[in-house]
Amino acid sequence: MESALLIHRLHFAFTATFHYLFPQLTMGLALLIVVLKTIGLRRNDPLYHQAARFWAKIFGINFVLGVVTGIPMEFQFGTNWSIFSRFAGGVIGQTLAMEGMFAFFLESAFLGLFLYGEKRLSPKTHWLSAVAVFVGSWLSGYFIIATDAFMQHPVGYVTAADGSLQLASFWHFVLNPWAGWQYAHNMGGAAITGAFIMTSVGAFYLLSGKWTAHARIFVKAGVIAGCLFSILQIFPTGDRQGKMVTDLQPVTLAAMEGLFQGQTEAPLLIVGQPNEQQGKIDNPIAIPGVLSMLTYRRWNANVRGLDAFPKQDWPDNVPLLYYSYHIMVGLGTFFVAIMVVALLLLWRDRLFHAKWMLWILMLAAPFPYIANTAGWMTAELGRQPWLVYGLMRTEDGYSKLVSAGNSMFTLLGFMGIYVVLGILGLFLLWREIEHGPVDGHESASNLYSATLYSATEAR
Amino acid sequence: MASFWFWIVAAMIATYVVLDGFDLGAGAIYLMAAKNNGERRQVLRAIGPVWDGNEVWLIAAGGTLYFAFPQLYASSFSGFYLPLMIVLWLLMLRAVGIEFRAHIDSPVWQDFFDVVFSVSSILLAVFFGAALGNVVRGVPLDATGYFFEPLWTNFKLSSGVGILDWYTVLIGAMALVTLTAHGSYYVALKTDGDLGRRARGFALVCWPLQFFLTFSSLLATYFIRPDIVTNYREHKIGMLVPIVVVSSLAVMLWANPKGKEKLAFVASSLYIAFMLVGAAFALYPVVLPARDHQYDLTIYNSAASSHGLGVGLVWWTFSAALAVAYFVFVYRKFRGKVQVGEGHY
Repeated sequence: MESALLIHRLHFAFTATFHYLFPQLTMGLALLIVVLKTIGLRRNDPLYHQAARFWAKIFGINFVLGVVTGIPMEFQFGTNWSIFSRFAGGVIGQTLAMEGMFAFFLESAFLGLFLYGEKRLSPKTHWLSAVAVFVGSWLSGYFIIATDAFMQHPVGYVTAADGSLQLASFWHFVLNPWAGWQYAHNMGGAAITGAFIMTSVGAFYLLSGKWTAHARIFVKAGVIAGCLFSILQIFPTGDRQGKMVTDLQPVTLAAMEGLFQGQTEAPLLIVGQPNEQQGKIDNPIAIPGVLSMLTYRRWNANVRGLDAFPKQDWPDNVPLLYYSYHIMVGLGTFFVAIMVVALLLLWRDRLFHAKWMLWILMLAAPFPYIANTAGWMTAELGRQPWLVYGLMRTEDGYSKLVSAGNSMFTLLGFMGIYVVLGILGLFLLWREIEHGPVDGHESASNLYSATLYSATEAR
Repeated sequence: MASFWFWIVAAMIATYVVLDGFDLGAGAIYLMAAKNNGERRQVLRAIGPVWDGNEVWLIAAGGTLYFAFPQLYASSFSGFYLPLMIVLWLLMLRAVGIEFRAHIDSPVWQDFFDVVFSVSSILLAVFFGAALGNVVRGVPLDATGYFFEPLWTNFKLSSGVGILDWYTVLIGAMALVTLTAHGSYYVALKTDGDLGRRARGFALVCWPLQFFLTFSSLLATYFIRPDIVTNYREHKIGMLVPIVVVSSLAVMLWANPKGKEKLAFVASSLYIAFMLVGAAFALYPVVLPARDHQYDLTIYNSAASSHGLGVGLVWWTFSAALAVAYFVFVYRKFRGKVQVGEGHY
């Protein structure tokens, strides 16, 4: 691979992967906070309001990191992938601009009111500002997914005389069938991260014997949401996405599943290491026929393997794609297992005393991040070698005049800054968790709150 | 249709500079004007609720520019690769400086983020000015429609140009002084006591510099690109620009010592908006001039298809109306001066 191409790809992969650690929690928590506030409002229960306030603080720190790591994404299409930007901008410029105009304005305007305006707004108005932030963040997710969906499965475009893609049908493009299932699957993933983090903090408090009343709310809300979304993640959203890949990117499916040779009654691989040199899987453990059933809904269906496609159309990193996909699916299965058990214990009123389960729930916190990252790697590695599927290859899309040296300079710069941001973020989040969900301290430190209150009093 | 989007993007960029300009300017005077922790918190409280929303204008302007002029976005963002990346880093550091400073009540922690916030604000103002300078001066576009500029070469305009040369540094200095004055009026407007007085003092010092730099940079622009006045000769409406610029300078000079900060701030906003609109007016229909004018990017050769632009007009109008409604709502909530020792932290 050309070195400039490699660095440009690493540049985007690194900044996008690091960025997405934050929005997945933001979007998941936004939903759960709305739920907590709704219950608090309906039952008039101060405990739920305190719980919502605590999570708003975690949300706030996480949101700042999501915003600052997100700004570069909007620019990198132009800086590092200018040939692609020119080629596809007439279409995907629509959704990227809409994200800014519809989602970011909404989010940024109501964020300050939501995070720090509770004392001066009526409970209903404050609830509404939480809903506005939730809607803004979930809208933002859709515009990005719709953009990605165009790269995965381009629809609604025409090719102009100069070779660039231009919009032909706005609705066809925005309502890309690929985007629908991918959005549901992605947002389910974000909700799982939010639910697992909430459960984990609750389990930590219960095991420490601190803030137990709040902790029970966290665990209860987290387990119910976690169970629901973990199941939805496998069926229908994951299943439907797999079907879409089967139909629209069959070579990607073969690589994801490690199916070097096409066959009928294709087995589903549970573990095994792809051996590209010999075109087989080493040390396989597989269930016969299941892959045929999952992809074509028949046990004896013929599933095409990598051998059915010319090598230059294979995803260029088959092993990494294979592992990403298997890690995602494996973790997803594990999430269902622990959340179902936790829900049963909750239903039987035994969860809050089942220490072993609380330990598992507490330690499970990092895994949704891994699963979400692996999921995005599956989608984007699976798209290779195409930048826009079937229309532009990745090697043709990067900025030819930005040298490998310049690109590496900025990649290293981002790495340095992101390490610092990551450490700062973890440190501040830990302080909030350690401090606990008590009233009266209301983040000894909030900038917006101070501004809001002072501005009010001055009026 | 493309000319319509030219003016929408120009207006969005001008809105961004007017809005984020005052919090950048507040950052520029922050270390010197706000002497103690109480005053620094006052400055941060004055910009805290709005800076994030202000910066969304940059993202929204960038997104709209991409949507309307994909070729311009592709050429300019890759050509300005290094300065853009540095701007992104500065924006990140600055945001973290504002937001994380107050989380820990330690003078060492806070001093560190104070410097991060202020220095990144100053550098951003200079870089934004230099970016404008590059666009007006022209960039080394070739027949492929792309270019790449190093950060600097020999600071002359003769051969291979860099991002920084004597002309763009001059525009950068003008931007720094202009935004410093703009931020000073805002701080004076939102605070009182010693802090407000010092902010007014900064604005007083800035005025002669701003006056001098405005005229020297206009002269320099005419010197390096005499054709810049063509549109002004042909369309008399353009004369509105110098009239507004000169009168807003005069209003700033008059209003500031009289304690009419609001008027001075409005005049400063008009000054910034009209300087930028004036530059756009001079360039039109060129969106990115090339050093060799046959390779100029214009609204005709860099816009998206007219179907796409037409569709965009529908949702853009709707979303812009919504955005204005949010902003009016939020700014109304944050009216008035911020006080010492108030609030929670």
